[in-house]
Amino acid sequence: MTVTSLFIYVFFGVVVCFSYFHLSNLALDFIEKKKSKKFSQKSVLRPYIFIAPAVIVLVVFILYPVIETVRLSFFNKTGFEFVGLKNYFWATKDPEFKRAILNNLGWLLVVPTLSAFFGLVIAYLADRLWWGTIAKSIIFMPMAISFVGAGIIWKFVYDYRGPGDDQIGFLNAVVVSLGFEPQAWMTIPIWNNLFLMVIMIWIQTGLAMVIFSAALRGIPKEMLEAARIDGASELKIFTSIIIPYLEKTILVIWTIITILVLKIFDIILAMTNGQWNTEVLANLMYDWMFRGGGDSGRGSLMAIVIMVGVIPIMIWNIRRHKEEEKT
Amino acid sequence: MKKNVLTSIITNLLLITFVIVWIIPTVGLFVSSFRDKDLLATSGWWTTFKTNKVNEIYRTKTSEYQIEENGMFFIKGNLLDKNYGKKIVSYGITSKEMNKFKVNEIAILKDQSKIEIKENGEYLWKSEKSFEHKRGKRIFITALSPPKFTLDNYKEVLFKEGVGQAFLNTLTVAIPSTIIPLIICSFFAYALSWMKFWGRDTLFAIIVASLVVPLQMCLIPLLSIYNDIGALFNIGAKSYPGVWMAHTGFGLASTTFLLRNFIKSLPHEMIEAARVDGATHYDIFLRIILPLSVPAFASVFILQFLWVWNDLLVGLIFLDQVPSEIILTAKLRELLGSRGENWEILTTGAFVSMIIPLTIFFALQRYFIRGLVAGSVKG
Repeated sequence: MTVTSLFIYVFFGVVVCFSYFHLSNLALDFIEKKKSKKFSQKSVLRPYIFIAPAVIVLVVFILYPVIETVRLSFFNKTGFEFVGLKNYFWATKDPEFKRAILNNLGWLLVVPTLSAFFGLVIAYLADRLWWGTIAKSIIFMPMAISFVGAGIIWKFVYDYRGPGDDQIGFLNAVVVSLGFEPQAWMTIPIWNNLFLMVIMIWIQTGLAMVIFSAALRGIPKEMLEAARIDGASELKIFTSIIIPYLEKTILVIWTIITILVLKIFDIILAMTNGQWNTEVLANLMYDWMFRGGGDSGRGSLMAIVIMVGVIPIMIWNIRRHKEEEKT
Repeated sequence: MKKNVLTSIITNLLLITFVIVWIIPTVGLFVSSFRDKDLLATSGWWTTFKTNKVNEIYRTKTSEYQIEENGMFFIKGNLLDKNYGKKIVSYGITSKEMNKFKVNEIAILKDQSKIEIKENGEYLWKSEKSFEHKRGKRIFITALSPPKFTLDNYKEVLFKEGVGQAFLNTLTVAIPSTIIPLIICSFFAYALSWMKFWGRDTLFAIIVASLVVPLQMCLIPLLSIYNDIGALFNIGAKSYPGVWMAHTGFGLASTTFLLRNFIKSLPHEMIEAARVDGATHYDIFLRIILPLSVPAFASVFILQFLWVWNDLLVGLIFLDQVPSEIILTAKLRELLGSRGENWEILTTGAFVSMIIPLTIFFALQRYFIRGLVAGSVKG
C-alpha cells in the first residue's frame, strides 16, 4: 500500500457511495416529474432509496450472521452435519471453556465495579479543583488508544528480570526497592487475571469519569449547600446524597463497561494468548475459529455464550428507548 | 475554616495520586521510545535523566594509521563519538582488569608501547617500534554517560520493521471505513427521523438491539461468505473493500443511532416549511440537515475513526497478515510475539500507533467526549 494507492482507494470508496445517493435521487426526481405534471413530494419510493444501502448492510453484516451463528452452533465443525446439542455438551466438559467462563465472570465482577468507582471518585474530586480539567484529560487519555497499545504499555510496566539484575519494569522496580523479590506477574495463575484487568480499568475509568462528570453537574447545588450547612461531612454527602442521585448513571456506565468486558479479546491475545489460566471467551472463540482448520460449531457456541450475557442489557435498552420515544 | 483547608489538601493529594498512577505507564513508554536500545534493555526508563556509568569496549585504529616522528611511532584518535558527551572515568586493556588505569594515566602495554587516554576519549599511543597490528587494540572503558535521546528506534521501526507500511495500511482501512458508514447512515438516520415508510419503528428497534450485539456473533458466517465470494471469482477472499464493508456493518448501528438522535432533535418546523416550499426530502437533506449536522458528524466521525484505527479483531480476520495488508494493531501483536524482548521496537511501535489517536484526542476532545457519552454502547 503506497500513499498514491491509498488516495485512489479512498477516493474510489467515497465516490461510489455518494454517487449512489445522488444519482438515484436525481433519477427519481426525473421519473416522477415525467409521470405526473403535478410534481409530488410525497414519493413512496424515496424513503427506500434512503434506507436501501444501510438496510442491505444491516441484513448482510448483522442480521443474517446472527441467525446463521445460532444455526451453526447445532452443527459440526464444517457446518454441514446436524449434531444437536453435542457442542453444548462438549462445552460443559471442556476445561478450557470452564476456565474462560470463570475468568469472564471475574472480569465482569471486577472491571465495571472498579472503573465506575474510580471514575466517580475522580470526577467528584476533579470538579472541585481548578486544575481538574487537566487531570480529567490525563485520566481520559487511555480511552483514545488501542487495547494492543495499552497492552504493550502495561507489558512494559510488568516486565520481569531475574533477581539481581536491574529491573526495567516499573512494577518490579518498586517491588524490589521495597525489599521484595521481583515477580513474573503474567505467569502467576489467578493473580495474573487481576493484572490484566488493571489494564482495562485503566482504560475505562476515563469513560466512567466523563459520564459521571456530566451527571454530577446536574445535582442541584442548593441540596448540597443545605447538607453542608446542616454539618454533614464531605464523605457523608458523597455517600448519602451524590451516590443515590447518580443511581441511573451508575447503571448506564455499568452496562456499557459490562458489554465491553464480555467481549474482551485484544488484551488477552496480545498479553498472554490465554496462557497461564487467563483464557476468556472471545479469545477462545478466535482460537476455535482457526484451531485444527477451524470449528464453526464450537466457535459459534462461544459467540452465543457472549451474546446470552448481552441479551438482558439489550432488552433493557430497547425498553428504555421505547419509553423515551413516547415522551 | 480549618476543616475546609484540610479537605482541600486531601482532595488535591488524592487527585494528584490518581493522575500520577494513570500517567506513569504512558510516560514510561514515551520516554523509552527515545532511548538508546542498549540502555533501554539494561536500565529502567526512570534513570533516563540521570548520568549513568557504562562499561564499553572500543578498538583503536589499526597500524595503517601510524605516523612516524623522530624515530617514534604514534597512533592518534578518539574512542568516543563526540556527540554523546560521554566522559571516561577509568579504562583497562584486558578484560580482567577493566578499571586498572584512571583517565589521563599512562598504560604500558606488553610490547612496551605506551597509551594515554583522555577524558573525552582522545588517545595517543606511542611506541619505539613500528606498529604491526592488523586489528585495533581493544580498550575497555568505564564512562559517565549523560542522558541521551535518539530517533534511531523510530527509523528502525518505521522503515525496517514494516511499521511505517502498517501505518499506511491502517489509514487505508480507517478512512473509507469511517466515511462510508457516515454517508450511508446519515441518509438512513434522516429517513428514520423524518420520513414515513412501512416498518420504520421496527427498523429502529432493530438498530437499538444491534447496538449491543457482540461482533463475535457475526464473524464466522461473514468469514465463510467472504471465502465463498473469493472462491466464486477466483480472487483472494480478503481485501480492503471487504474490510471497509465489515467495518461499515459493525459501525452501522452506533453511527445511525447517534445521527438519528441528533437529526430527530432538529426543529421540525424548519423541515415542514421547506416541504411547503416544494423541496423534496433529498433537497432538505442536502441543504438543511447536512449543514446543521456538522458537529454531530464530527463526533461520529471521530468515534468511528478511532474505533476502526484501534480495532484488532476485524483486521485480523478480514485482512491477510502480509506486509501490504497488515494493520498496525496486528503488526504490534506480531512484534510482541517475534520481538518480545526488544523493548526499543515495541515501545516505539506502540507509540507510532498512538500518534494519530492522541492527536485527535487532544485536538478534538470535546467532540470525542460528546460522541462517547452519547453512544458508547457499540457492539
